[in-house]
Amino acid sequence: MLYREAGQFKTSYGKDQSILPIVQDRWVLGIVLVVAYVVVPLTADDYWFNAILIPFLVYALATLGLNILTGYAGQISLGTGGFMAVGAYAAYKMTTAFPELNIIVVFLLSGLFAAGVGLVFGIPSLRIKGFYLAVATLAAQFFLVWLFNKVAWFYNYNPSGTIEAPPREVFGVLVTGAAATPMVKYLTALTMATVFALAIKNLVRGRIGRSWMAIRDMDIAAEIIGIKPLQTKLLAFALSSYVCGVAGAEFMFLHLGSVETIAFDINLSFLILFMVIVGGLGSVLGSFLGAGFIVLLPILLTNLPAMLGFDVAAVNAKHAELMVFGALIVFFLIVEPNGLARLWQIAKEKLRLWPFPY
Amino acid sequence: MDFLYAVTVAPLLDIGQDPTFFAEVVIGGLMAGVMYSLVALGFVLIFKASGVFNFAQGVLALFAALTLVGLLEGGLPIIPFTDFKLPPLPVPLAMAATAVVMIVLAFAIEYLMLRRLVNQAPIILFMSTIGLAFFLEGFGDAMWGSDVKSIDIGIPDASFERWGILFNQFEIVATGTAAVLVAVLAVFFQKTRIGRALRAVADDHQAALSVGIPLKTIWVIVWSVSGLVALVAGIMWGAKSGVQFSLSLIALKALPVLILGGFTSVPGAIVGGLIIGVGEKVGEVYWGPALGGAIENWFAYMLAMVFLFFRPQGLFGERIIERV
Repeated sequence: MLYREAGQFKTSYGKDQSILPIVQDRWVLGIVLVVAYVVVPLTADDYWFNAILIPFLVYALATLGLNILTGYAGQISLGTGGFMAVGAYAAYKMTTAFPELNIIVVFLLSGLFAAGVGLVFGIPSLRIKGFYLAVATLAAQFFLVWLFNKVAWFYNYNPSGTIEAPPREVFGVLVTGAAATPMVKYLTALTMATVFALAIKNLVRGRIGRSWMAIRDMDIAAEIIGIKPLQTKLLAFALSSYVCGVAGAEFMFLHLGSVETIAFDINLSFLILFMVIVGGLGSVLGSFLGAGFIVLLPILLTNLPAMLGFDVAAVNAKHAELMVFGALIVFFLIVEPNGLARLWQIAKEKLRLWPFPY
Repeated sequence: MDFLYAVTVAPLLDIGQDPTFFAEVVIGGLMAGVMYSLVALGFVLIFKASGVFNFAQGVLALFAALTLVGLLEGGLPIIPFTDFKLPPLPVPLAMAATAVVMIVLAFAIEYLMLRRLVNQAPIILFMSTIGLAFFLEGFGDAMWGSDVKSIDIGIPDASFERWGILFNQFEIVATGTAAVLVAVLAVFFQKTRIGRALRAVADDHQAALSVGIPLKTIWVIVWSVSGLVALVAGIMWGAKSGVQFSLSLIALKALPVLILGGFTSVPGAIVGGLIIGVGEKVGEVYWGPALGGAIENWFAYMLAMVFLFFRPQGLFGERIIERV
């Protein structure tokens, strides 16, 4: 009843090819954006900003990046943490070397470094596939983290080995540093995530995205119809690393504030990969859903026993949390291997017919 | 120039000046390599038979070691809410009990997880084993506690000198165990009926099914076998460096070993492990100082990656033939 495209006629090719062809979808997106930009900043407190919303947006951006590579181009990567580290350290070096440079520009530029590194580590993808490639990207993960740990130049010879986000302003408002308000950080992360999501959505609908999907579905067939595997795969690596690099810079500047290399270890790579898979391979919406799910799940698991009135010792709770997390991942993969995005799609199809079953 | 000298010339000079020390480093690397091979073996077995890339192999080893320690020490409350606790078991009995636990675990994994994920994409299966790794880690810790434990099953750990080179008894025992394990596995795969069935499944799932090989049983068997291999690996690693969480991270070290040897080859796992072990130790001792140390962390992966450029299927892997 509510969700039906009957009567909505497209009178031009442009309309037919729009991202959201159905009016109701546009409404939903509009409401989500209004909530995110107006309602949330007015109502959320610091805990929500710092513990849930900012990490969610940063992870969502990283998940978008990995989704380009794994979801659309079909190349498994376990080096996300390393590429994010490149972004974070590049942003740190740039903003300490050129303090007057706008921090948003720094974020966007730092992605370029990550893209360059991603290109180099993407070269093996031309020879190898699947899990062999995954292990090759592990080389990037371990080597990059080691590099940033060992070479003191990257953290400006700071004796503690950490890098800290210096206070930087955009149009007179503090965006990074300890003194910046969580709301400003949140709005920055939100804008970045929105812009990147829109850009990527358009990218994957076009020629480039289609060539990625062709390579993913069958590379030999794709080659025969004239898609060049070399350029296509490397472009996927570069763009994916670019987005991951920007996400890494945000991870350090907006979310954590100060990091050591340990924050970018292999667990981060796995976490992002989880988000991609739980959200849905090859889906922009799924990237956000997956990131939200994985960010919220541990928080829920930590607070749930207390909410239900159980009193569990903290040590046991941590073990139980690991167990439940692992079990839920497996359960989720069994129930819906195509991810949350697919669930959303099914819900929409059902809604379209509602209240009739067929 | 100094750096170039330190990277290219100095290490070779060092090797030339003290060949005995070099031999010691190589032998130390070989021993470490045997340990990697033990973990890699478990990977290969499961990958061969079911095409699942089992990330949980390292955690399986940790879980086995934790269970063994728990049984050796005793004190597990068998019946909840009572004071009746399991007495400390003697070594052979505890090992047997742990083996039973690993087999039960294999049944559980097949029943609760694999059976429900048939026909899914490899990456989904891979992710589910990561989920399994999380679960087992939490389960093992909740059951037996997360403090570092030591395993003592009576392997001597003394060093002795022969031909001017230091040997370690424990490492020799580990090498012997690995050799026996590989021999037993080779016989099992080549000569027994079950082994033939396993190879058939590895070759072609559908063809194997069509000649009446029960896929589910095969999966249970192969997970049991790699559970037992994990037990051996867990004992060896645990006795060497204590039973603790970092044990599960050796699984990551086994990955470049697999790449080097080829995902589907048992001898590949052994040779790959030895190459990685030696390469890592030699690299760390001779090239590490020039590069800032701790290159062990990534050296193996780089080695594997460079290697892949020249032989994408690994040393002993089956040649990848693509059909359209």
